Amino acid sequence: MAIGKICGIETEYGIVHRGLAESNPVTASSLLINAYVSELAVTAAAGSPPVGWDFEDESPGRDARGRAPADAAPPEVETHLVNAVLTNGARFYVDHAHPEVSTPECADARAVVVFDRAAEVIVARAMAAAGRMLPPGQDIVVHKNNSDGKGNSYGCHENYLMDRAVPFGRIVTAATTHFVTRQVFTGSGKVGAEASGAGPGAPEVPYQLSQRADFFEAEVGLETTLKRPIVNTRDEPHADAQRYRRLHVIAGDANLAEVATFLKVGSTAIVLAMVEDEALDRSLALRNPVAAVRAVSHDPTLATVVELADGPSMTALEVQFELLARAQKWAEEHGLDAVGGDAVGGEVLRRWEQVLTGLEADPDSVAGQVDWVAKRRLIQGWVDRHDATWADPRVAALALQYHDLRPERSLARRLGLERITGDDEVARAVTEPPTDTRAYFRGRCLAKFASSIVAANWDSLVFDVGAEPLRRVPMMEPSRGTEAHVGRLLDECATPAELVARLSS
Amino acid sequence: MAEREQKKRSAPQREAEEVADAPQPSERGEEIKADIDDILDEIDDVLETNAEDFVRSYVQKGGQ
Repeated sequence: MAIGKICGIETEYGIVHRGLAESNPVTASSLLINAYVSELAVTAAAGSPPVGWDFEDESPGRDARGRAPADAAPPEVETHLVNAVLTNGARFYVDHAHPEVSTPECADARAVVVFDRAAEVIVARAMAAAGRMLPPGQDIVVHKNNSDGKGNSYGCHENYLMDRAVPFGRIVTAATTHFVTRQVFTGSGKVGAEASGAGPGAPEVPYQLSQRADFFEAEVGLETTLKRPIVNTRDEPHADAQRYRRLHVIAGDANLAEVATFLKVGSTAIVLAMVEDEALDRSLALRNPVAAVRAVSHDPTLATVVELADGPSMTALEVQFELLARAQKWAEEHGLDAVGGDAVGGEVLRRWEQVLTGLEADPDSVAGQVDWVAKRRLIQGWVDRHDATWADPRVAALALQYHDLRPERSLARRLGLERITGDDEVARAVTEPPTDTRAYFRGRCLAKFASSIVAANWDSLVFDVGAEPLRRVPMMEPSRGTEAHVGRLLDECATPAELVARLSS
Repeated sequence: MAEREQKKRSAPQREAEEVADAPQPSERGEEIKADIDDILDEIDDVLETNAEDFVRSYVQKGGQ
């Protein structure tokens, strides 16, 4: 029986500090986040101080395969960088040399879209706040993309709660097939190619589906910054490790199109729930997934076939139709409780089919739903109008500015991409947490008792209630701590001491 | 490269149901096209000043 696919997205954004002779992305990212947090402190009624991150629980070097290969380089936890926990349950911090937002834990794909859009609002406000703090002539510009076009990539990671009892190898087989072929609707589009292996004689790639595809060099592994694997084995559940694993997905693009984000997360949640229900066999396993990632991405005609390990070759679209058919059958037999019920899971299945059908008939028909199509139409329109070519340097400028998060500069936001969220719910999600995961408890506590919270992380809060020692409140169960569980308790408790006392009684 | 036969899509349900549920993608496409004409009209104002320099100097550190 599949467990509820609690999920979220972490996005590393591209950042530029303009107007400086020499800028440092770590400094710029810190400045961006501090500007946001200090304006919050000024505007918040309680004037709550920022709450630091608690690294007690971080273990990104743990490998889901149970042993780390000798050549694996576990990522380091950078504890000295700026870290803020927000009242919506999200984390806004500096990761490597990028600002990053991790959405709070969400109960379904639709909520992820709402909080991913809220993260864009947070970043836009942070840019504006930084602009007010910087000397004239300087500003900070943030892009929601995954590549600088010069060989450097940064991630948009997804996370899904999974049953620990499921053998990791089964997850790998199904997830690999999905990650390679879902690019047809998750790709954000890229002008040119940056593949490390693409030397002289390699076919020219004027435009490709994915920002990230060029950077995957292994099938399975622990690394995230070098020799990136299609399936990442980081085993850091941020929850009860006896019961759960968190599948950390690094093989996706950051999307501007809401439907693309919805389908990326929604279809993946369904595929993973199917793995838990043993509804996927090995018949769609790929023979050479690493080569297939690039081959699929490099062909916007969608005609390229990938070889199955034990069967015929199929296009990525055909594999996706096959996965969809199995998902529809699974839904009939098992229901959609694990993926947001009929309201969300059913909508994922409907839109999944619509987008695949549209891509098959005429990709331009899904320009409102799929980023690589929307971006290509914009560029093609510009090229036609100016009688230019795709090699024109202004094409690269258009492609970059598609991802610009400044509302007045964003090209994506001018293209009429279909909305599935409302402005009101996105505005609420900037400050208020989801009500149906433990993020509710985190967010409400931060809003109400920030001055008594010493540290926070995904699975605990540490309170200073005035008496030694500090009190750590564990939150090892991601589906608890919801409004239904603790809403009244939080309303009734006037002080953090009272909250901690009632929680431990 | 033993087998290169093309497997036919086997998702009979989709053909049965897509007509009722389909979002008239072509209409949506027309809207998008009109939008693109509009955005192209204003693009010179919106495009970053010195866009080419901006792209040339756009270098990021690798991340995760």
